[in-house]
Amino acid sequence: MMIQLKGLHKTYKGAQPLHVLKGIDLNIEEGEFVAIMGASGSGKSTLLNILGILDDYDEGKYTLGGTLIKDLSETKAAGYRNRMIGFVFQSFNLIPYKDALENVALPLFYQGVSRRKRNTIAMEYLDKVGLRDWAHHLPNEMSGGQKQRVAIARALITHPKIILADEPTGALDSKTTVEVMELLKELNQQGLTIIVVTHEADVAAQTNRTIHIVDGVIV
Amino acid sequence: MKFRLDSDQWSEIFSALSRNKTRTFLTAFGIFWGVFMLLLLMGGGRGLESTLANNFAGFANNSGFMMAAPTSEAYKGFKKGRMWSIETRDVQLIRSSVPELEIVSPTISNWRGTAAYGTNKSSVTVKGEFPDVDKIDNPKIRKGRGLNDVDVNKSRKVCTIGSRIVEELFTTDENALGKFIIIDGIHYQVVGISGKSEGGVSIGGNATTTVHIPYTTMQQAYNRGNKVDILCLTAREGYRMSDIQKKVEAVVKRIHTIHPDDTQAVLTVNAEAIFSMIDNLFQGVSILVWLIGLGTLFSGAIGVSNIMVVTVKERTTEIGIRRAIGATPTDILTMIMSESIVLTLVAGLSGMTFAVMVLQMVENALQDDTSGATFQISFGIAIGAATLLALLGVLAGLAPTIRAMAIKPVDAIRDE
Repeated sequence: MMIQLKGLHKTYKGAQPLHVLKGIDLNIEEGEFVAIMGASGSGKSTLLNILGILDDYDEGKYTLGGTLIKDLSETKAAGYRNRMIGFVFQSFNLIPYKDALENVALPLFYQGVSRRKRNTIAMEYLDKVGLRDWAHHLPNEMSGGQKQRVAIARALITHPKIILADEPTGALDSKTTVEVMELLKELNQQGLTIIVVTHEADVAAQTNRTIHIVDGVIV
Repeated sequence: MKFRLDSDQWSEIFSALSRNKTRTFLTAFGIFWGVFMLLLLMGGGRGLESTLANNFAGFANNSGFMMAAPTSEAYKGFKKGRMWSIETRDVQLIRSSVPELEIVSPTISNWRGTAAYGTNKSSVTVKGEFPDVDKIDNPKIRKGRGLNDVDVNKSRKVCTIGSRIVEELFTTDENALGKFIIIDGIHYQVVGISGKSEGGVSIGGNATTTVHIPYTTMQQAYNRGNKVDILCLTAREGYRMSDIQKKVEAVVKRIHTIHPDDTQAVLTVNAEAIFSMIDNLFQGVSILVWLIGLGTLFSGAIGVSNIMVVTVKERTTEIGIRRAIGATPTDILTMIMSESIVLTLVAGLSGMTFAVMVLQMVENALQDDTSGATFQISFGIAIGAATLLALLGVLAGLAPTIRAMAIKPVDAIRDE
C-alpha cells in the first residue's frame, strides 16, 4: 500500500471555520494511476496539499509508503517532500532565471549532491523527456509542453514514491496535452505511482481509476 | 540542511543578485558610499591630526615657559606695577625646591639681531641657550653639531644658524660650516645648521631665522647680567606640567617678593594644556566623523534591507517552489542571508578600496609639503570596517529573511 488515508478531516480556522475535508478514506496501491476529480471548492486541492505534505490535517491518519505523515516539523516535511514526492503544477512553476538543466537539478541541490553529479543526472532526465537539446534554454524560451516536460523531469529526479500532478494539462493545448499524458502513462507503466488532479473528463479517462470528491467526501 | 558555501551557493547568490542589475547596483551604492565616506573622513581626520603632530614634532609637549611681567598687586612695601626679572640664581633654587621638574633652562634673546657674512646681511633672532634646552624645542641639526656644555663653560663664540640665514648669507656652493659670521658686531664660528622643515612651533621666533649661541657668551656679549628672558621647564615622566607650574610660580614669587595672589606678574605658557586642548579637539572631530560615517553606512544598510524585503515579496512564488521541492527553512534563511551579506560586503569592500586609493593619492600629493603626514587608514581599521560590514549585512538581511521564512509553499503556489 503506497498511500493510506483514514478518516481524514481538515478545517480551515478563521472567523468562520471552514470544514473542507469531512472524513476521507482512500487507499492507493503502488503503481496505480489515479485521477481525482471534483468541482472547485470540493476540497480536492486541499486533499492534494495534504498528500503533498504541503499542508497539515486535523484528524485521521495519512501513511505514505509506510511512513506516518503527521505533525511534522517544517524541516522534516521539507525532507520528505524532497525524497518522496514529485510535484507537477498547472503553471509549471519553473524558476524563471534558471535554465532547464538547473531547474531539473534543483531538488538534488537541496539533497547536497555535488554540482557535477547533479548536472549529469539532470541531463539524463532531460533526455528521458526528450529535451536534451533544450538543456540550456530559459523557461521563457520554451513552449508550454516543453516547460511541463521540464517540470516532470524535475519531479522525477529524486526517485519519488509518488508523482502529484495538479491540473498538469490545464495550461496546455490539446496537442501538447496528449504528449504530456502519454509521458505520464509511460512513467506509470515503468511502475511509478501517479495521482492527477483534474477537471477534464478525457484526462481522467486515461487513468486507471477516478476518484470523485463532492463537498469533502469521496463518492 | 547545513550551511553550504560552495561554488553552488555562490552561483545561486550571483544569479539572484544579477537578475535586476540596476536595482542591485543602486542598493549596493548606498553601502559603497557609506563606507567610502566613513573611511575618507577618518583618513582626513587622521591626516589633519598627524599634520599638526608633525608641527609639534621636536617640541616636548610636557613643557612650560615662564616670563616676568609687571606686578599687579602691591606687596610688602612694593608698589604695584613694579618690573622685575627672573634671574640666573633662581634656576638653582627652583631645581631644588621643585624636584618634579626635569629641565630648568634659562634663555636670553635678542629679537632684532643682524648677521653678516662679507657683504650679505640677514635679520635674525639671537638666542643664548644651555644645551639642555633642545630637549624642549629642538630644531633638528642638519649639518655640523649642536651647542654643548663645553661651549657654555668656556663662553665660546660659536653658533648654530637656521637654514634661512644660510640661504641669505652664503651662496649655494659655499659651505657655511666653519665660517666666521658677524652677529651684532662680534665674530662667531658656525658649527651647525638647523634644518628647514622643523615644525611651525618654536619658542621665541622662527627656527629658520634664529641664531643659537651659548648662554654665557650671550650674557657677556650683550651685557645681560643675571637677567633671564624666558625660563623653559619640563616635567619629569609621570608628572603633569599643569600641576607643577603652580609650585614653580610660588617659588619664584617668594624669591622676588611678589604677592602670592598676583595673577599677572608671572607669565606662563603651558604647552601641555595647549596640547591637551588640541587632543580634545581631535577627539571631538573623530566622534563627529564616526557619527556621520556610521549614519551614512546605517542608512545604506536600511536601504539594502528595504530592497531585499521587496525582492523577497517578488520572489514569493520562487521561494514557494523551492520549499515544495525540498528546501528547508534553513535553506531559505541561508539563501536570503548570504545574498544580503554578499551584497553588503562586496559594496563595502569596493567602497573601502576606493577610499584607500583616494587617501593614498592625497597622501602622495601632500608628501612634499607636510613631511610624513599620514592620511591612510590603518590595517586594523580596515579589518574592523570589514567586520562591521559583515555584521551590517546580517542586520540588513534580518527583515527580508523573516519575511521569506514566513512564506508557506501552499500560499506561494496557490498565488497562481
